[in-house]
Amino acid sequence: MGSHLVTLFVILPLAAAFLNLLIGRKMKGAPDILANLATLALLIASVFSVFAVAKNGIFVYKVGSWVPPIGIAMVLDGLAAFMLVTVNLVAFLCTVYSVNYMEKFTSKWSFYTLFLLMLAGMNGVIISGDMFNLFVFLEIASVASYALVAFGTEHEELEATFKYMVMGTVGSLFILLGIALMYSYTSTLNMADISLTLAQKGLGNITLFVSILFIAGFGLKAALVPFHAWLPDAHPSAPAPISAMLSGVLIKSLGIYTIVRVLYNVIGVTKEFTNILLVLGVLSMIVGALLAMGQWDLKRLLAYSSISQVGYIILGIGIGTPLAIMGALFHLFNHSVFKSLLFLNSGAIEYASGTRDMRLMGGLREKLPITGWTSLIASMSIAGVPPFNGFFSKLIIIFAAVQAGYIGYGFWAALVSVLTLAYFISVQKNVFFGAPSKAMLSGRDVAKWDDIKEPPLFMRLSMIALAIICIFGGLLLIPAVSGNFLNAATEALTAGRDYANTIFGSLGL
Amino acid sequence: MSGSKRQEKGMTLIVKTITRLTVGLILLYGIYILLHGHVSPGGGFAGGVIIALSFIHIMLAYGKETAFSKLSKAKASLLESLGAILFIAIGILGFTGGYFFFNFFTDKGEAFRLFSAGIIPLCNIAISMKVGAGLFTIFVILVLLKFKTGGKDPRQGS
Repeated sequence: MGSHLVTLFVILPLAAAFLNLLIGRKMKGAPDILANLATLALLIASVFSVFAVAKNGIFVYKVGSWVPPIGIAMVLDGLAAFMLVTVNLVAFLCTVYSVNYMEKFTSKWSFYTLFLLMLAGMNGVIISGDMFNLFVFLEIASVASYALVAFGTEHEELEATFKYMVMGTVGSLFILLGIALMYSYTSTLNMADISLTLAQKGLGNITLFVSILFIAGFGLKAALVPFHAWLPDAHPSAPAPISAMLSGVLIKSLGIYTIVRVLYNVIGVTKEFTNILLVLGVLSMIVGALLAMGQWDLKRLLAYSSISQVGYIILGIGIGTPLAIMGALFHLFNHSVFKSLLFLNSGAIEYASGTRDMRLMGGLREKLPITGWTSLIASMSIAGVPPFNGFFSKLIIIFAAVQAGYIGYGFWAALVSVLTLAYFISVQKNVFFGAPSKAMLSGRDVAKWDDIKEPPLFMRLSMIALAIICIFGGLLLIPAVSGNFLNAATEALTAGRDYANTIFGSLGL
Repeated sequence: MSGSKRQEKGMTLIVKTITRLTVGLILLYGIYILLHGHVSPGGGFAGGVIIALSFIHIMLAYGKETAFSKLSKAKASLLESLGAILFIAIGILGFTGGYFFFNFFTDKGEAFRLFSAGIIPLCNIAISMKVGAGLFTIFVILVLLKFKTGGKDPRQGS
C-alpha cells in the first residue's frame, strides 16, 4: 500500500485538472470544491509520506512493473517527502485563497486546471527517479506557469510571460542538452543507474560540461543571479495565489531541488561545484537585496527578495556540511511559507485597494488588521527576527558557514539579513503604518479610503494559517520532530552517491 | 456556383476541389497511423497530428464556419479533456494488476498483429484524442483570437 502512495502525487492533480476542465464550465462552484479537495488530499498524503518514509525507509515504485534501469522509477525518500510537504502545503493554502480571490477573473475552471497541472509537474519532478521523466515533468510545470503568469491577459502580463517563456525555454534547452550528453556517455537515463555508471567509468570532461549545463539550466529555473532577469517581471504579473506558488515553491522544486538532487546524488559533489554554488549564492543574496531596496511596486520588491533568499539556500547547499544542508533545507521550507504569505498579503492589499504602488498606500493597518498583522509576522520572519522561523534557519546557515571556515560568506549572510530587515521595515512603514496617502483619501487611482475593507473569509483563513506556521516553524528544529522531517531530508543528501545503492538495494537487485 | 456566399469564404475552387478529394484520405491515413502505432512507426501523437491536419485543411480551404460545423470548439475542448482522462484511467486500471500503467491484458496477442500489445493501442487512441483536439484548438486560437492591447479591462482567462 505504502508504495502505491507515490503515484498518487501525480495521478490526483492530473485527474483533478482534466475533470475540472470537463465539468467546471457547466457547474458553478464545482472547480473550487474539486481543486480544494484535491490539494487537501495531496497535503494529507504528503504528511503521511513523511511518516511512511520514517518507518520503512526509501520507496521505489516500478511504473507498469518494469524494473528500474529499463522502466521508469518513482522514488520517495526523505528529501522527496520533505519537498512534497512543502509544495503541497503551500498549494493547498493557495487554492483556499483562490476561492475568493479568483472571483474577479472569468473562467475560474481554466485557472484551476492550469494550477493543478503545475502542481502535478512539481510533484512529478520531486518523485521522479528518471532523468528524462524529470525533464518532462519540469516542462509540464513550466508550461503551465507560463500560461498562469499571463492569466490576466493584459499588456504587462503578456510581456512578462513572453520574457519568462523565452528564458525558461533556454533553461530547459540547457537541461535537455545536458541529459542528452549524459545519456550518450552513460547509456542510461535512470538517475541511480547514471550514478553507478559514472562510478565505474569515471567522471571525465563530459560530466564536467554536463554539470555546468545543469547548473545553468536549473539555475535559470531557480533564478540565481546571472540568470534572474525573468523573475522580477514574471512573478508580480501573475495573480496573487500564483505569485505565491511561483515564488514559494516553483523556483524551489524546479530549480533548487533539481540542482541539489543531480549534484549530490547523481553526479557526486566536488569542490569545484560547491565553489560555484557558493559564489552564485552570495551573488544572488546581495544583488537581490540591493535591487529590492529600490522598488516601489510591492510585488516586485517581494520578487527581488525571493532572489535574495534563494541565495541563502544555495549558500547553505554550497557550504555542504550536514549542518549547512539542514539549515538550507529548513530555510527552503521557511521561505516558501513566509514568501507565499507575503504574496498573499500583497494580493489582499491589491484586492482591497486596487493598487500595488506603495507610494499610494499608508495606514492600512487600521482598515486591514488581519492582513496587517500577518504581513508583520511574515516580514519579521523573512528578516530573521528571533521568535519566528526565519531566524533559526538563517542562524543555522551562518553558524555552519563560520564552522566550515567560510567566515566571509557568513559575514555576507548576516549583512544581507540586516538589509532584508531594512527593506521590510520600509514596506511596513509605507503600507501599514503612518497616515493614509492623499491618493487614498481622495480615491484617485485607488480605492477610496472609506471603501477599503478586509478581504473575504477564505483569503483571511489561508493568511492566518500561514502566519501560524511562521510563528511555530522554529519548533521543527526540536529533535523529535526534525528527526523524521528535516534530518531525513538532510541524510538523503549527505548520503551522496550512496543514493544508487539504496535504490537498487530496496529493489533487491 | 460562382458569386455565391459560400464561394467568398475560403480559397479558390481549385483548392476546394482538391481538398474535397484529399481530406478524407488524410483523415484515413491519420487513423491508420494511429491504429498501427504499436506495430509500425507512428503512434498516438503522429496519428493525432495528422487527424488534426485534416480538420485544419478544411478550415484553410473552406473557412472557419465549415470547419466548425465538423468539429466545434466546444467539442474539441471536450475531446481533449476526455483523451487526457482516458489516458489516466488506463493508467489507474493498471492497479488491477498491481501497478500504475500495468499492462493488464493477460493475453498480449501475437506480435505484429493489429490486435496485440495489450493497453498500448488504447493508450495511442487516448493520446491521439488529446493531441488531435489540442492541435486543432491551438491552431484555431492562433488564427482567430485577437487581443485588444491597451483596452479597458479585458480580464478573460481563456
